[in-house]
Amino acid sequence: MSNPILKVENLHVNFNTYAGTVQAIRDVSFDLNKGETLAIVGESGSGKSVTTKTLMGLNAKNASIPDNSRLIFKDRNLLDLKEEEWQTIRGNEIAMIFQDPMTSLDPTMKIGMQIAEPLMKHRKMKKEDALKRALELMKGVGIPNSEEHINDYPHQWSGGMRQRAVVAIALAADPEILIADEPTTALDVTIQAQILNLMKSLQKETSSSIIFITHDLGVVAGMANRVAVMYAGKIVEYGTVDEIFFNPQHPYTWGLLNSMPTTDTQIGSLEAIPGTPPDLLDPPKGDAFASRNVYALAIDSKEEPPFFKVSDTHYAATWLLDERSPKVTPPVQIQKRWARWQEIQGQEA
Amino acid sequence: MTGKEPKKLVELKDLQLYFNKGKANEVRAIDHVTFDIYEGEIFGLVGESGSGKTTIGRTILKLHEQTGGEILFNGEDVTHLKGKQLSAFRKDAQMIFQDPQASLNGRMKVRDIIAEGIDINKLAKNKTERDAKVQELLKLVGLNEDHATRYPHEFSGGQRQRIGIARALAVDPKFIIADEPISALDVSIQAQVVNLMKELQTKHSLTYLFIAHDLSMVKYISDRIGVMHWGKLLEIGSADAVYNHPLHPYTKSLLSAIPVPDPEVESVRQHITYDTTIETDGKARQMIEAAPGHFVLATEEEAALYKAQQV
Repeated sequence: MSNPILKVENLHVNFNTYAGTVQAIRDVSFDLNKGETLAIVGESGSGKSVTTKTLMGLNAKNASIPDNSRLIFKDRNLLDLKEEEWQTIRGNEIAMIFQDPMTSLDPTMKIGMQIAEPLMKHRKMKKEDALKRALELMKGVGIPNSEEHINDYPHQWSGGMRQRAVVAIALAADPEILIADEPTTALDVTIQAQILNLMKSLQKETSSSIIFITHDLGVVAGMANRVAVMYAGKIVEYGTVDEIFFNPQHPYTWGLLNSMPTTDTQIGSLEAIPGTPPDLLDPPKGDAFASRNVYALAIDSKEEPPFFKVSDTHYAATWLLDERSPKVTPPVQIQKRWARWQEIQGQEA
Repeated sequence: MTGKEPKKLVELKDLQLYFNKGKANEVRAIDHVTFDIYEGEIFGLVGESGSGKTTIGRTILKLHEQTGGEILFNGEDVTHLKGKQLSAFRKDAQMIFQDPQASLNGRMKVRDIIAEGIDINKLAKNKTERDAKVQELLKLVGLNEDHATRYPHEFSGGQRQRIGIARALAVDPKFIIADEPISALDVSIQAQVVNLMKELQTKHSLTYLFIAHDLSMVKYISDRIGVMHWGKLLEIGSADAVYNHPLHPYTKSLLSAIPVPDPEVESVRQHITYDTTIETDGKARQMIEAAPGHFVLATEEEAALYKAQQV
C-alpha cells in the first residue's frame, strides 16, 4: 500500500560554528508517501526547519552531512547532487512555502511575474504564456479580481493575500513534494483557516505530497495524515494522526499535547513542560528529554532509547515501552485521549 | 451585574484614536471604545492584527496621545498627565512586550535591566538593597541569582520573557499590560509563562490587560474578554459567556477558526465566514446588554436576533 516518493535515511546534519559543532539533526529517518501530508512537529531548535532546508538543498555553508545520510527521491540520492542539478529540482519537483510572506517575496518584482518565474525557468514557457498561467494560479488560490492585481507589488497586499501568492508560486511548477514551513504562523486565525483550506483542496486536485512543519498541534490535527514528533534533532515518535493524538506514548508528546489549552481547559490545570531544550553543541548522554521528563527512568540518562513498536505504523523512542519498565500513569488529559482511543478501536473491531 | 460591584481599576470612556485625523487617509485605530477593567481580574483583549488591540494597550500607558475620550486609572483621570505625575502613573502601570528579543537592551546586564525602574523611581536606598531586590525578582520569575550578571543574548526566548516580567514587577505595579507576551514563544514554554503570570497575579494582587490573538490561551487565562475588530469593541463578557455563547457574528467566526488539537473535531470543524458589511452599513449601534455582564455592539433589532440565535 505504501508508496514512498521520498525516503530519508539516517540523516545527520552538523553545523560547524566558532563555538563547536552543533548536531542539529541526529539520525532522522522517515518516508513520505504519495499524496499524503506528513506533519513534523517540534519546538524551535528541534531540527524541523533544518530537515526541510536539507530537503531543498538550502543549508548554510557551514553545514556538514556525513556520507551515510541519504535522501532518496526518484532513485537518486539528493545529497550527491551538484548545485546545477539542485536547480532543476528546487521549485520544480520539490517546492517550498516559507513562514513569512513578508520576507519570502521579492519586494521589487511584480507579483504576477514572481508566480510566472518558475514556469519560465522550469517549463521553458514564454513570458506571455507564463503570465497567463500565473493569472490562473492567482484565481486558483482565491485572489479576488486577479486581472487587476497581477501587476501589483507585494507591499500593496495584506499578509494573507501575500501568503496566497507564495502558495501560488510554490504550486506553479506542479511539484510532487510541497514543503510548508510554518506557512500560517505569521497569520491571523481567520486567515490561517482560509490558507489551510486552500492547501487541502489544492492537494486533492494535484495529489502532491506535503511535508508540513509546525508547532501548532491544532493545525496538525486538521491537516496531517501522519505525524512525526521531533525533539533535540531526533524523531521521538511517529504514527498516524489518530495514533499520535489519541494514543501518544512518548512523554514529550504528552507534554506538547498538555501544554496547549483547549477551550474547556480549567484554570490552573495547564501543565507546562519544565526546563528548556538541551544544547545541541553538546547533546546529553542517553535520552535528550530525560532532564525535563517527570517520567524519566534511571536508564534514560545512560542509554538512548531505541524505537519501540506500538503498531505497524506507530513507533516511539521511550524506555517506558520496554517490557522491563514500570507501568506509569500518564497525565489525566492523556488518559482521556487514551480512553477515546479505546472507543475508536472498539468501533473499528 | 449582580451582588457587590467590583472596584474599577481602569476605565476607558468613549476612547478614540485617529491617525491622520480629518485627512483622506484617516485611520480610526480606536473607534469609540468603552470598557472597564476591574481590580484583580485578567481582562483579555482579542482580535486580528490591525484591530486596534495593541493600540489600546499603548494608549492606556500614554505611549499614544488619544484623539478623544477619557482614561481613568484608580478613579483618576490620566488622560492629560505630564511630567512627574506621568512617571508616577507609569510606576503603577507597567507593560510586558511581545518580543523579548527586541524589548531588552542587549548591551545591559540583566541586573541593570531589571533595576532600571528601581533606579528611576528611587526605590532602593543603596546598592545592597538594589541587588537584594533584583535577586528577589529573579527568584520570583524562576531564574537564578547568577543570571543577574549575564546579558540578554545568553538566554532563551522563554527566559528572556521572564526577565521582561521581572522588569515590569520591579516597580511594584498594580496593573500590567501584557501585549502578546507568549506569541513569540514555543508551545511548551508558553504554558510556563502563562502559569507564571497567573501565579504572580495571586501573589501580588495584580490586574492584567492580556492582549493576544491566541484565543484558546486567552480563554484559559482571562476572567473577562473583549473582542475587537477594525478599531471597535464588538463584544465583551465573561470568558465563558464569550466562548460558549458568542453573540456577535465576528466572534462566532473567530471562534470557528481556532484549530483544535483533536483530529476528530478537526475533521468536522467548519469555519464560519464573517460578513463585514454589518460594520460598514452606517447604522448607529451601541453596546447592548444581552445577558448580565455580556454586551454586544448592535442595533436593537440585531441584539434581539443575536439573543434568539444563541444556543
